[in-house]
Amino acid sequence: MTRKQKIQGARAWLLTDTPDSAFQAAAGRFYLGLLEFFHNRLAVVGLLIILALITTAIFAPQIAPFDPVATDLANRLQPLSAHHWFGTDEMGRDIFSRIVWGSRLTLYVIILVAVIAAPVGILVGTVSGYFGGSIDTVLMRITDIFLAFPKLILALAFVAALGPGIENAIIAISITSWPPYARIARAETLTIRNSDFIRAIRLQGAGPLRIITKHIMPLCLSSLIVRVTLDMAGIILTAAGLGFLGLGAQPPSPEWGAMTSAGRSFILDQWWLITMPGTAIFVVSLAFNLLGDGLREVLDPKSDS
Amino acid sequence: MLRVDRLNVIFGLGAAKNHAVKDVSFTAARGDSFGLVGESGSGKSTVLNCISGLLANWDGTIEVDGSPVFHKRHMSFYRKVQMVFQDPYGSLHPRHTIDQTLKEPIAIHRLGDANRRVDRVLREVGLGPRFRFRYPHQLSGGQRQRVAVARALILEPEIILLDEPTSALDVSIQAEVLNLLQEIRAERNLTYVLVSHDLAVVSHMCDRIAVMNRGETVEIIDRRQLQSGSLKERYTRQLLTASKGYDRAAIDQFQDF
Amino acid sequence: MKRSDSMDNHLLSVKNLCVSFPSPKGAVDAVRHVSFAMGREKIGIVGESGSGKSVTGRAVLRLLPPYARVTAGHIIYQGRDLQSLSEKEMRGIRGRGISMVMQDPKYSLNPVRTVGRQIREAYEINHTVSRHEARRQALEMLEAVRIRNPEQVYHLYPHEVSGGMGQRIMIAMMLVPKPGLLIADEPTSALDVTVQLQVLAILDDLVSQRGMGLIFISHDLELVSSFCDRIIIMYGGRIMEVVAADRLHESSHPYTRGLLNCLPKIDGDRKPLPTLQRDDAWLEQPENQEEVI
Repeated sequence: MTRKQKIQGARAWLLTDTPDSAFQAAAGRFYLGLLEFFHNRLAVVGLLIILALITTAIFAPQIAPFDPVATDLANRLQPLSAHHWFGTDEMGRDIFSRIVWGSRLTLYVIILVAVIAAPVGILVGTVSGYFGGSIDTVLMRITDIFLAFPKLILALAFVAALGPGIENAIIAISITSWPPYARIARAETLTIRNSDFIRAIRLQGAGPLRIITKHIMPLCLSSLIVRVTLDMAGIILTAAGLGFLGLGAQPPSPEWGAMTSAGRSFILDQWWLITMPGTAIFVVSLAFNLLGDGLREVLDPKSDS
Repeated sequence: MLRVDRLNVIFGLGAAKNHAVKDVSFTAARGDSFGLVGESGSGKSTVLNCISGLLANWDGTIEVDGSPVFHKRHMSFYRKVQMVFQDPYGSLHPRHTIDQTLKEPIAIHRLGDANRRVDRVLREVGLGPRFRFRYPHQLSGGQRQRVAVARALILEPEIILLDEPTSALDVSIQAEVLNLLQEIRAERNLTYVLVSHDLAVVSHMCDRIAVMNRGETVEIIDRRQLQSGSLKERYTRQLLTASKGYDRAAIDQFQDF
Repeated sequence: MKRSDSMDNHLLSVKNLCVSFPSPKGAVDAVRHVSFAMGREKIGIVGESGSGKSVTGRAVLRLLPPYARVTAGHIIYQGRDLQSLSEKEMRGIRGRGISMVMQDPKYSLNPVRTVGRQIREAYEINHTVSRHEARRQALEMLEAVRIRNPEQVYHLYPHEVSGGMGQRIMIAMMLVPKPGLLIADEPTSALDVTVQLQVLAILDDLVSQRGMGLIFISHDLELVSSFCDRIIIMYGGRIMEVVAADRLHESSHPYTRGLLNCLPKIDGDRKPLPTLQRDDAWLEQPENQEEVI
């Protein structure tokens, strides 16, 4: 078979109306979703930027020309040059290298927050929505308490209690991030709960655990994935905010928020100290927004016929 | 096989109280097909929901195969009684393949031999193995309803409750599904309780029919009475007249019951 | 009463209407070469889902989404070709010339306005009168659809009325501008059978009193045959047959016969219902000429 025939064969296999196995059916759906996603150019841009972020984080040692924490006071506050692409900061450290290594911290924060907050949120939301009654009331009031505080303030309070440091910052941000996910999951659960297919599976003897995990959660996932992706931008900014206030990663960690904070005093004459990390934060936040929008178009249950 | 005695369902409290089902009683023997016919608000679907266990706040007696059932059901109940829902588009999980949907009850009841059972039941409803790995949105309304019937059959029940099973289907598809239901009932000697607003469907499918209005049983008739028109109650006669199509003179005589 | 005498086929004439929708798998032809003409009579368009009956009704009123491709030889209403009208002129036709009643009043009535106000506004759009006069017209219309206490109902919201009353309100709203033709798309399918017939009786009376034409779109062949004067049967976007209502049961077209035979009947035997054997040849019928009976 020529290469073209192989590709056509694979496409036909994916798009067939009569799949022969669960794998083929799932692969076909994934392929169609992928195609639809790639129609959205901005979303693809977002995806590429995030892939660049991940690559940078993985290959930081290879990409960064200098040691991010090595100080060189003789060379402090150097402007952009061929030697130091983004200039040097007030301790003579190469800013480009710090941004490259800082991408690891950024990824660390957002992945951990997503991994902690989203499951907690979806669990609380689906359980609350499915059982209703007093369980719903109790869980939702707890959620309300967390929602009542502005995110940054609550994170500040937790970090103040737990002590500064990036791990504590992550815990603090996670604690404040899960309530909206719980609300979304609950709203979806309330809609789904009365569907005929849920009644049908109840009539086959399914217990609440099976119904919630296998039937309700998969349907909540779409809106949740979109929401989490769009929230990434906010999480990055909150982490940056904490870093800015000195409560996140501690020096000499090349955390972007902390870098932005340190650059404040030099903003007029040595603008690159604050602009470079600030732009990095902006670009990555924007990328997540674009990706989230693209995912919403693909995963939105309303357009799922 | 199934006995319902003085079933009562009341929703809400105080001023908003709705006595949805009032003292409904009927029996269906094994192999019978019993119909519940009525307009919206008659309580016919509510009765079905009580029998199936989806609704828990009812009063009265419900007996399946001689043993009474209570508000909470045991797993063994679901191997005796199953249900087919009205809306073919809503009764299948949109993200599960047909294969997953059919294998799930087998897993819940730990029956084993899943593949053979799924194959057999799909064949029985007239769908071949090529439908196994499709998603519901890749099937037509009639095909989805066939899958719903397959799902009801896979636990090998003795009673099937049918809640307007063909109301959402085109007339030509309805004929196919009704034929399928009759065939299956004969083959497996099942007992049906069929709810519909359509007198013609109920008359075609059922031996005995309870006519319901505003939660009460108006009368329980034999289908021959529908054919001969010898009906005791005015309401039933009006329903019969209405089902015959537009007759201006007759419509002027319609009463509110 | 069947009206086979007052046939001036000059109310609406549609020739060679074709509607197609784009889709990832290529264009889908929803309506193919549909032609018919009608006078001040009740015409039923019957078909199963996907037959194109609703699309036909909406195409006449240009109510299809902008991505739909609509072409026709002509769509002439009272002497004017609707295709040649601008959107502004078309708005003048909608309501005042041709009106449309849809299936579920739950979805077609504005939930945050009182029903009286909606009927009043429907009148005001097409006639410049004082608010007082428009209100009077609205109340008159509520009485015409046999709502017993129009003054009270005027101030109700759509969720406060029952299905049958909601549909009567819908009819009132659509008839208050006094159109010459009413297109009713499954107007009673969401209602109970006795209420259905009562609503149809009101429609019947209004249509004959005002000398209007009525296009009644439905999937219910028996209902249409007992209510309408003539019936157009559609399948796969094409017209299969146009037949007088009282001669429906003598039809020899295989699709019509198939549909009639597969219906369960109260006085039928319990034998398996004959199922419709679809024949692809039906979809290749030659272009329909204007059908006149």
